[in-house]
Amino acid sequence: MQALTVKQLVTFHLGPIELSVAEGETASIYGPSGSGKTLLLRAIADLDPHQGEVWLKGQKQCDTPPNQWRKAVAYCAAESQWWGDLVTHHFPSEHDPAHLSLWFEMGGFTSDVLNWSVDRLSSGEKQRLSIIRQLVRQPEVLLLDEPTANLDPDNGQRIEEMIAHYQLHQRATVIWVSHNQLQLNRVSHHIFRMDNGQLYPAEKNS
Amino acid sequence: MEQNTPSLVILSTTDLMLAALLIVLLALLSRFNQNGLEKRMLFASVRATLQLLLIGVVLQTLFDHINLFWIAMLSLLMILLAGREVEARQQYRIEGGWGFFSGTFAMFLSSMVTTLFGLLVIIQYDPWYHPQYAIPLLGMLLGNTMNGISLGMDRLTSSVWQQRKQIDARLALGERAADAIRVLRNEAIRTGMIPILNAMAAAGLISLPGMMTGQILSGTPPLEAVKYQLLILFLISAGTGFGVMAAIAISSRKFFDERERLRTERISQRNP
Repeated sequence: MQALTVKQLVTFHLGPIELSVAEGETASIYGPSGSGKTLLLRAIADLDPHQGEVWLKGQKQCDTPPNQWRKAVAYCAAESQWWGDLVTHHFPSEHDPAHLSLWFEMGGFTSDVLNWSVDRLSSGEKQRLSIIRQLVRQPEVLLLDEPTANLDPDNGQRIEEMIAHYQLHQRATVIWVSHNQLQLNRVSHHIFRMDNGQLYPAEKNS
Repeated sequence: MEQNTPSLVILSTTDLMLAALLIVLLALLSRFNQNGLEKRMLFASVRATLQLLLIGVVLQTLFDHINLFWIAMLSLLMILLAGREVEARQQYRIEGGWGFFSGTFAMFLSSMVTTLFGLLVIIQYDPWYHPQYAIPLLGMLLGNTMNGISLGMDRLTSSVWQQRKQIDARLALGERAADAIRVLRNEAIRTGMIPILNAMAAAGLISLPGMMTGQILSGTPPLEAVKYQLLILFLISAGTGFGVMAAIAISSRKFFDERERLRTERISQRNP
């Protein structure tokens, strides 16, 4: 069953794009910077205006209230953004402590990370926490925009593990944008190349 | 009682010339010190003189022929000028004249409603639109709501612009647009209300409000002047508060589209 289907998606720089990804699978996209990878993810999350239609398991994007769509189809930006002083300000106010601490542990934190000041976080910690704050909201689709770029291998591996764990347990669908060929081969079921606003199927090279 | 109330000393042109002489002296000093303020100072003084003389003549005419239509026309003109002033004080612009519209509409609503309330319910002069009460009341309300609204809107637009990435990230996490912008909206409303709240706190202790001073100068017993000042302070605070809230509510809608996407391309920075 196709979990996510993109039909005739067009923006000013992009498309028309056709794409579908099955439940629990990962499609990854590589391509030169400026080719439109980020724009595609943002349009799928309905963060940018676009034409064409996106379906999530038969549910049309334009028939879904925008915040519910983005809750289910979660876009993780390459550079995480923080608006509150403490880490806890970026997590849902009614959360299950056991559930949270499970993710913190997997990300290499203890539960008191919630009381840490955002200013003190390293870039690796920020990136891991930004993935966690997205995962605890339990989206059905993850749109990952270079989640491990500029991170050391340790941090990168942690993030890959967290996402693999989430995907396994939630049957989540992932679209993964990356420049790292090894990572693409490792994580994805299907690989696409993006060039000048167009998406082309590509081969896994092992 | 009559003896206790001093009467108004009529100012002669020479009196005003003497006061203006101080400005000239200040301009000379500025020129001597090369502060570069003399031109602006003289221009501002001349401008104030002409504007005030003009409104004096207009008010005198309105007093001589009390007519609801002309008073309404003057009020409308004042509101439009205040709206233009709000727009001119914005560091960032919202496209399509939305900034002018939301500021002017909010000012129209709050100033008009509060002025009418003051005239019809509280003062109850006959006729209620007598310019002696209507014009000063509206003028004071407009001046203050204009300040509050322009401060509040400027704060909202610039903080939305500066925090556009954070707002976008909150939307990406599934927050409603109203939740993603709530803190910024509240800050903007507070910013718009601060001047009038400060004015109320300082009134009487640190500063003697201008209107009360004017009434005392013209011979009104101080306690009567105080009562009027209180009336004005309350009307101004309410008017400013309603106006700021309305302006922020109207203008913050324009940052998002019907799918609650943040549309920063609708904000443009003005040339400094």
